Amino acid sequence: MRRRPLTRVLTHALLIGGAFLSAMPFLWMITTSLKPEGALYQPPLLVPTHFDWHNYVEAWKAAPFPRFFLNSAVMTVGITAAQTLSSAMAGYAFARLRFPGRNIVFLLVLGTMMIPFPITIIPSFLIVAHLGWLNTFQGLIVPRAVSAFAIFLFRQFFLSIPPELEEAALIDGAGRFTIFWRVVLPLSGPVIAASAIFSFLFAWNDFLWPLLVTTRTDMQTIQLARVSWLSG
Amino acid sequence: MTPTPAMRTGRRGGASRPTPGRGLRALPTALLFLLPTVVVLGTFNFYPAVYSLYLSFFKWNGLSPTKQPVGFSNYGQLLSSGEFWNSLRVTVLYAGGMTIAALAVGMLVAVLLNQRIAGRAVYRVLYFLPVITPTVAAGVVWRYLFDPTQGVVNRGLAMVGIGGPSWLTDPSWALLAVVIVGVWKRVGFNMVVYLAALQGIPQAHYEAAQLDGANAWQQFRFITLPLLAPSTFFLTVTALIDAFQVFDLVYVMTSGGPLKGTDVIGYYLYRYGFRYNELGFASAIAYVMFLLIFVVTLVQFRLNRQGATYAT
Repeated sequence: MRRRPLTRVLTHALLIGGAFLSAMPFLWMITTSLKPEGALYQPPLLVPTHFDWHNYVEAWKAAPFPRFFLNSAVMTVGITAAQTLSSAMAGYAFARLRFPGRNIVFLLVLGTMMIPFPITIIPSFLIVAHLGWLNTFQGLIVPRAVSAFAIFLFRQFFLSIPPELEEAALIDGAGRFTIFWRVVLPLSGPVIAASAIFSFLFAWNDFLWPLLVTTRTDMQTIQLARVSWLSG
Repeated sequence: MTPTPAMRTGRRGGASRPTPGRGLRALPTALLFLLPTVVVLGTFNFYPAVYSLYLSFFKWNGLSPTKQPVGFSNYGQLLSSGEFWNSLRVTVLYAGGMTIAALAVGMLVAVLLNQRIAGRAVYRVLYFLPVITPTVAAGVVWRYLFDPTQGVVNRGLAMVGIGGPSWLTDPSWALLAVVIVGVWKRVGFNMVVYLAALQGIPQAHYEAAQLDGANAWQQFRFITLPLLAPSTFFLTVTALIDAFQVFDLVYVMTSGGPLKGTDVIGYYLYRYGFRYNELGFASAIAYVMFLLIFVVTLVQFRLNRQGATYAT
């Protein structure tokens, strides 16, 4: 399609304006983080004029940030690994094994995507508290160790793998789990990557659940620390 | 269609064969594969959903050994409290405003970026950046940007001669500020989904319309917009479900204030459940919220079925 120059200029003007609004908070963040103390609101606000790296050093020292990062990392890796493995296993069962009640169970699993988080939050909190899991990594990880969305993703992918590959392994005497582990999973790179990215983003950015189940500073994740050190 | 081996041998589906993975014999294996899923979803989804309903008929502070049964009075109290209706109004305004604005902006950006123009990849990254930013981080930064006298927003407005309001401390402006941040975080996601859909629209439609003398607006109105309808439906449903549960942003930016001007249902529930320890009442709030989301989603599915669909 040929376009008139005026249209092209207008398009770019709109896009640049929008992109500026979209990226402006990041610019502000970088600029402000490099300003010396007391110059927070001194203009210009968006173009870095100072390059004072002290803030980073001091922030790192002011609070136990390494600890918060470690907490976030352990929780995120735990949730991502658990969700990927458990969802791959469940997805495999729904895609390949024909057992009584399969469709009903699958519908129930999908149904959990429609239960809003707030409904489950109070009883889940009570269960975790009852187990003595407050301020522990299992309290942060286990309740979110399964993802219905990821199960759905894996099931759809497994349905597209030719069953002949698995039959060959079956004839060679492999059990279901061996087939899953040695034949199916090595073929599932793309879907494992996709599922892991979603899990990672969800876990790293999550706020409400860690807010509820951690009360001690040394168990806080980085998202919580950001808020409490800001207001504290 | 050429018959596949599975069809020739008369087996069903092709995906699952009469191997050990069939019938009752498959049950133990299946149970093993499903064990983590069943245990976790059962304990932290199904049981809580039922237990919440049960709790909503009691008065309980979460600590005392006895729960006092109160029948429907939690629901009665909820429906007769001004706080609840305020919360509902604020939530609906947030959800509606955020969803519509993010759809419109997302679609505009996608249409503009669907052309062959310079710097397309850079634009996409810049618009998508907010989506992957943690909500909490975004909220903290925007709090500074919305500072009434020193913040970037009001300084920017002052440059074009507008005196900006005191955003987060003004009850009539705080909600708009939260909506703006919600939109800012959502646009990139809508853009990506719309871009994918736009690439699936055959170029032939536009060529035919051009031959008939349709202008750019008419092409957008009668080809692009209707063919994007399935994406719009998906994005509306997911955005509304998310928006009705909004919590992080409000917690960080305004804590429900000023004067409950941003006291969305998610925050209202948090206050009663985890600050005032009224677990029964909070459970009633959660169920009303669930009902609300359910009805809104149902209505959308109805509307979607009534709408005309274009076959491609």
